[in-house]
Amino acid sequence: MNSLILRTATPFLVGLTVLFSIFVLLRGHNVPGGGFIGGLVGASAFAIYTINEGVAATRRAMIAHPVAIAGFGLFIAGLSGVASLVFGDAFMTGQWWFPAFAPDLKYLSTVVLFDIGVYLVVVGAIVAIIMGLEETE
Amino acid sequence: MLLTAVLAPFVLALFAPAVRRVAGPATGWLLALLPAALTAYFAGFLGAVSAGDPVSFSTPWIPSLGIHLSFYVDGLSLLFALLISGIGTFIVLYAATYLSNHADLGRFLMFILMFMGSMLGLVLADNVVTLFVFWELTSITSFLLIGFNHTSERSRRAALQALVVTGGGGLALLAGLLLMAQAGGAMELSTLLQSGDLLRDHPHYMAILVLVLIGAFTKSAQAPFHFWLPNAMEAPTPVSAYLHSATMVKAGVYLLARVNPGLGGTEVWQTVLVVFGAVTFLIGAFLALKNTDLKFMLAQTTVASLGLLVFLIGLGHELALEAAMAYLLAHALFKGGLFMVAGCIDHGTGTREVWRLSGLRTAMPITFAAGALAALSMSGLPPFVGFIAKEFVYKGTMGELWPLAITGVAILGNALMFAVAFLVGFKPFLGAPSETPKHPHEGGPGLWLGPLTLAVLGLLAGLFSGVPEALLVGPAVWAVGGTQVPVDLYLWGGFKTPLFLSLATIALGALLFWKAQAISNAMATAFAKIGNIDRGYDRFLDALVGTARAVTARLQTGTLRHYLLVTLAVVAVVLLLPMTLMGDLSVSVPLPRTDFYIWGIALLALAGGLAIAVSRSRLIAILSMGVLGMAVALIFVLFSAPDLAFTQLMVETLSVVILALVITRLPIYRSDWRGWPTAVRDGTIAVAVGVGFTLLLLSVTGRPLDLTLSEYFAARSYTEAFGRNIVNVILVDFRALDTFGEIAVVVIAGVAVLSLLAMGGRRLAQTATTSDPAVPSGQTAPVTNDEKDAR
Repeated sequence: MNSLILRTATPFLVGLTVLFSIFVLLRGHNVPGGGFIGGLVGASAFAIYTINEGVAATRRAMIAHPVAIAGFGLFIAGLSGVASLVFGDAFMTGQWWFPAFAPDLKYLSTVVLFDIGVYLVVVGAIVAIIMGLEETE
Repeated sequence: MLLTAVLAPFVLALFAPAVRRVAGPATGWLLALLPAALTAYFAGFLGAVSAGDPVSFSTPWIPSLGIHLSFYVDGLSLLFALLISGIGTFIVLYAATYLSNHADLGRFLMFILMFMGSMLGLVLADNVVTLFVFWELTSITSFLLIGFNHTSERSRRAALQALVVTGGGGLALLAGLLLMAQAGGAMELSTLLQSGDLLRDHPHYMAILVLVLIGAFTKSAQAPFHFWLPNAMEAPTPVSAYLHSATMVKAGVYLLARVNPGLGGTEVWQTVLVVFGAVTFLIGAFLALKNTDLKFMLAQTTVASLGLLVFLIGLGHELALEAAMAYLLAHALFKGGLFMVAGCIDHGTGTREVWRLSGLRTAMPITFAAGALAALSMSGLPPFVGFIAKEFVYKGTMGELWPLAITGVAILGNALMFAVAFLVGFKPFLGAPSETPKHPHEGGPGLWLGPLTLAVLGLLAGLFSGVPEALLVGPAVWAVGGTQVPVDLYLWGGFKTPLFLSLATIALGALLFWKAQAISNAMATAFAKIGNIDRGYDRFLDALVGTARAVTARLQTGTLRHYLLVTLAVVAVVLLLPMTLMGDLSVSVPLPRTDFYIWGIALLALAGGLAIAVSRSRLIAILSMGVLGMAVALIFVLFSAPDLAFTQLMVETLSVVILALVITRLPIYRSDWRGWPTAVRDGTIAVAVGVGFTLLLLSVTGRPLDLTLSEYFAARSYTEAFGRNIVNVILVDFRALDTFGEIAVVVIAGVAVLSLLAMGGRRLAQTATTSDPAVPSGQTAPVTNDEKDAR
């Protein structure tokens, strides 16, 4: 891609977008957002990066293979469902932790863990496809 | 307890291979203990049942659907249960000796025991669903047994054929049984069959009858389904002796006898059963004489006997039913015995060709004794039980229904059976000793004990006919007839018509036996010229597979365009047709809000859509689709669905990116050119889908919405799940399992796209240069996955 503007903007754009995607993921429980949308935002960040810097650069930036990231997300999501079994509830019943120092937090829960799993799956799968296509010449 | 008895053979079956490894030569004797114990257990019911008190057991299975594992022991079930477990005892013993050197004997005994359990369950079942389940289990286990020599292609074909025919009939039976249960308002046969004329007068009687008859006729090899049984002789002899004489093939007869009180007695029932039974009887008897292999001869006579039983049940009056039950007992004893004798001869001499065998009486005296006794019973000579059965057959045929024709059929059929009985039971043993592949020798007691016992029982049952009369045949006749009538079996009926008919039969039979070889040869040449149903079966299967292949080739073209065309056309029809037919088209169109920016967005969307339709460049089409999608996202924003708008925005962005990558990176034609006819066709379908969806949405939104669920989630979202964003709370908490399934699909789709790219990338690049530009087949396949994934 030979656009000077885009190439100059890419590092800032990508960093901000990834940050924004995490923000969208975490705010999702109370206002528009969540793992799925956050994952799409994150994936678009990596899409920009891949188109401008190439597949090899993205692979370095992501450290793990995107499919592995997606698989890990699925694993986390499944794991968050298993947690409830320990407490004698049905599979995937949400569990909350209200720590003593912040009793009103209402945030530390298996549900949020599940959402993080969704985020990782979406980012991993879409980036994998984009990278796969980008590599096919 | 009864459930335990039915399940016990299945449990033992699991351990049969292990027992064989540990016990070696004693395997048969050890495993035969279970069927022997079962025989004793069932014999314990004789007292109650012969006093006219059926016994029943029930265990809930799926109570909400009225399905129970319920069993019912009356005369009919008990007669069958005793035959299955009693003959089964000797079969296990016989098989263990017959196949003692076979590497897979353990597996064989496992199949035999599984079959025994299935058969017991079938004849004892009271609930129609239980009956069906065991019915299918007998088909499956028999498939395994017939195909036991799985390295032989003929075995495999015979096994598959039996499964196709009996399994197909089983499906019809399931429908018939369920229809019967619905019509009669009960799932238990014991209740259904005591409901008098309820079923016979029901408007669905014909449907029930036809379906049940298809099930029974396929299982019991009635013409025109008689071809599978002789082919099933590919199975080892113990299987033929057990399944194809005494038990499985009688399941159809059992079913007919069982439903007789509820469905029988009508004119249709009588006509169909008598005609099909009589035809089968004659076909089987003639074909038996045509064959020269002992086992195949016996197989054909079994077809004939089944025909005789069906025809007697069809006649339906007391004497006919008595004859049927007496014949059933006699047949199980002599045919099971003769099959085992044929196996002994094969085992001892290495051949089953009847014209190559003679003079074995000195080498195999015990087998000869068993064969002779069984053959005398089969040929219907006194004082064997076969004679009583035949006398009663003649008494039964002289009823009010076409007495002359039926009696004629019976005489001819019985005479043929007489001839075959002597060919199998006497011919190999008498005369001068013949040259055989192996030096003739007697097998061990495991081999001759079974046939000898059965043959001797056939003699005893004839001499002391009062015992089977009171304990077995009488109660069975009560069960089939539905009323307790006095039953009297006797050897000597005086100088009356049946006796003269018997004499005529014997004379004719002796004549046929004398001329047997000539008849056999004449028939073999005649049959070689005309086709047979077995070949018809092959042609039918070929045609079926051919049609399936043609349909698949037509539907699964591998072209994305074609798939989309079919899918969208179907969607259009599904949307528009019901609305048109039901006259539901008159939906009120609410006047839209006329704010100028809404019109602006609508125009933007319209422009995007038109651009997609008219653009020749695929890249422009993709970008235009993005415009359309963004406009839709804006509409979501305006109608306060921020979550939806956000998602739509992201999905559209990524779709454009991915599709643009697909277009620029994969070898796909970048221009989209189609001629006028194609454009008109595609345009029509597109407009139809669009109109259909619009009308659907209008009619849906025109109705009051059911807000129960929305209110439920709104009320509980924060109190129970601590989240104010209902959409997200539903996704990750209330319906997290659904989301889990969906993200699993996303991962799989991602992996699938990657592997398609990895596998196909290079090949696609090659085919792109050679294939027809109008049909970029295969190349577009990754796009489907991309799209699915992005959404």
